[in-house]
Amino acid sequence: MPLYETHVGMECHAELLTESKMFCGCRNEFGGEPNTRTCPVCLGLPGSLPVFNKKAIEHVVRTALALNCTISLHSVFHRKNYFYPDLPKGYQISQYGNTPIGVNGWLEIEKPDGTTKKIHITRVHLEEDTGKLIHSDGAGYSVVDYNRSSVPLMEIVTAFPPDIESAEEARLYAETLRSILIYLGVSDGKMEQGSLRAEPNPSVRPVGSDTFGTKTELKNLNSFRSVQRGIEYEAQRQIEVIESGGRVTQETRGWDDEKGISFSQRSKEVEQEYRYFPEPDLIPLEFDPEWLESLRAELPELPNAKKRRLMEQYGLPATDAAQLVLERETADYFEQAARGVKDTKAVANWMLGDLARLANASGLAIHAAPIPPAALAEMVGLIESGAMTGKIAKTVIEEMFATGKSAPQVVQEKGLTVSGADEVAGIVAKVVAANPDVVAKIKAGNDKSIGFLVGQVMKESKGRAKPDDVNRLLREEMDKL
Amino acid sequence: MALTREEVRGVATLARLDLKDNETDRLTHHLNDLLAQFARLQELNTEDVPPTAHAVPVAAALREDVARPSLPREAVMANGPQVDRELGGFIVPQVIGE
Ligand SMILES: [Zn+2]
Repeated sequence: MPLYETHVGMECHAELLTESKMFCGCRNEFGGEPNTRTCPVCLGLPGSLPVFNKKAIEHVVRTALALNCTISLHSVFHRKNYFYPDLPKGYQISQYGNTPIGVNGWLEIEKPDGTTKKIHITRVHLEEDTGKLIHSDGAGYSVVDYNRSSVPLMEIVTAFPPDIESAEEARLYAETLRSILIYLGVSDGKMEQGSLRAEPNPSVRPVGSDTFGTKTELKNLNSFRSVQRGIEYEAQRQIEVIESGGRVTQETRGWDDEKGISFSQRSKEVEQEYRYFPEPDLIPLEFDPEWLESLRAELPELPNAKKRRLMEQYGLPATDAAQLVLERETADYFEQAARGVKDTKAVANWMLGDLARLANASGLAIHAAPIPPAALAEMVGLIESGAMTGKIAKTVIEEMFATGKSAPQVVQEKGLTVSGADEVAGIVAKVVAANPDVVAKIKAGNDKSIGFLVGQVMKESKGRAKPDDVNRLLREEMDKL
Repeated sequence: MALTREEVRGVATLARLDLKDNETDRLTHHLNDLLAQFARLQELNTEDVPPTAHAVPVAAALREDVARPSLPREAVMANGPQVDRELGGFIVPQVIGE
C-alpha cells in the first residue's frame, strides 16, 4: 500500500458580536424561545429591504486586516439561491467572486516542536447566518426557528493549494484563528454553541502524486478536539475507499462525535446551482482608504506578537508565553502582576501552576480568580525578599484563593512567618542527634544522604525554614561532630 | 449548452420536486428555451465593461448597530400556512439526513 498524504482546506464561520442582526434591528443573541427575534426583513416578507449593519462591516474589515489581507475597496454582495428552508427568502445574502471584503491574507501557526508555518487565506467575507431546523421525531415534519436568520456571519477560507497538511495543523489553525477573533472582539469563539464553526475539507493522495484527491466537507465539529479527530477519521476513510478500488465522492459529511464516525449528509447544490448574482437590494460597499488605515492603526496587539513580546520583555519560556496569551485577559493579568516584581518568571509559574489549578477547580478563568494581580505580585515579593518560603507560599496561595485575604494577612494569621535561624538551629541539632547512622554515611562521603536530613528539618519546621539556612546549619552542626 | 434531462432531474431533487417523466420532458424543453433567450446576451461585446453590480452610483447606506423590538411571535406565526404552536415554529417538510 502506498503512503498517503493529507491536505486540508478550512472554511470557518464566525457569528459576529453585534447587538443587532446583519440587515435589521432584531437582537443578535444565542438561545431564547423560537421565532421571538424576527421582523419583516429577516423573515423575508415582501416589500422589506435589507440595510447594512455598520459594526458588522467594521468587524470583518478589522479581521481581514489582522489576517494580513488586502481589502477590496469596492466590495459586492450576492444572492446564493437554494431550496433548503433555513432562510425564508429562498437565498442567502453572501459574497461571491473576487470582491469579498478581504482577499489574500495569512496567519501563522506554531507547532508543538516550536516551528511556525504560514497558512494562506484566500478570502474573508460577510454573509448572513441561517435559521435553525428543529427535527422532532415522529412528527413527520420539521420546524423552523428564524431567530438566527440574518445574524451577521463572517466566512474565512484558506487558500488553494492547501498549506495545511495534517489534522493537527488544522486544529492549530482553528485554535489560532479563534484566539485572533477573540482578541479582536469580533466573535465569542464558542464552538460548542456554534457561534464559531470549523468546516475542514480533507483530501488524500499517494505521496508523490501531483494532483490533489477528491475532498469531502466535514460538518458538526463542535470542539477543536473533534476537528482533529474528524479529519483523522475522514482521511483514513478516504484511504480505505481508494485502497479497496473505490472513488471518494465529493460530498458533505456530518461528524458524530460520540460514535467517532462521519456520515453522508443531504445532497447539496453544486456551485452553478446556487445561481449567484449581485444582490440588487444592496449597493456595493466602497471603502475609504483613510478609514481603513485608521482601523489598522487601532488593531490590538495580536496573540503572536504579544507572545513574542512577553518572551522578550519578561524572559519567559515560549511554552509559558503561549499559555498566557491564549486569552487576552490572562496576559493582561500577568503584566499587571509582573509590575514591580523582579522574578517575573516566578509570577508566570505561580499563575500557570497553583493559581491555574485552583481557578480550574472552581470553574474560573485565571483572570477571574479571587486573587487580584497586585495580591499575587505581593506574594511573589514576599518570597523574593525571603520573608516567606516557596513551600509556605503553596499553602498561602490556597488560603488567599479561598478567603480573598492578602499574603501578609494569611502569613500573620496562620503563624507562617519564616523561622528564625535560632529556631532552625534547634531543629537541626535535634535531627542530627536523632539520625546518627545517616550522619555517619554523609561523613563517609555519601553526600546524597544530606537530602534526607534537609527533608526532616523542613518537615519539623512545617516548611517555614529557609532552605539556605537549613543547608548551612546542617553542615555546621555535622562539622561539630 | 443545452440542459439534459439528468440535470433537470438533479435540480428537481434539490427542489424536492417529484417530477413525472412527461413533466421532466416538458420542463427540460422550457428551461432550454429560456436559456437560449439568455444566451443571446453572450453575443454582446463586454470586453471593456467592468462588472456592474448596481446601476446607481451612490454609496451604500449603513445603519448603526442598535437593536430594535422584533415582532410579537403571534403576529409572526400568523403568516405561516402551517405552524407548530407548541414548538413555536413554522412547519416545513422533513429533510432526512441533517
Ligand atoms: Zn429582523
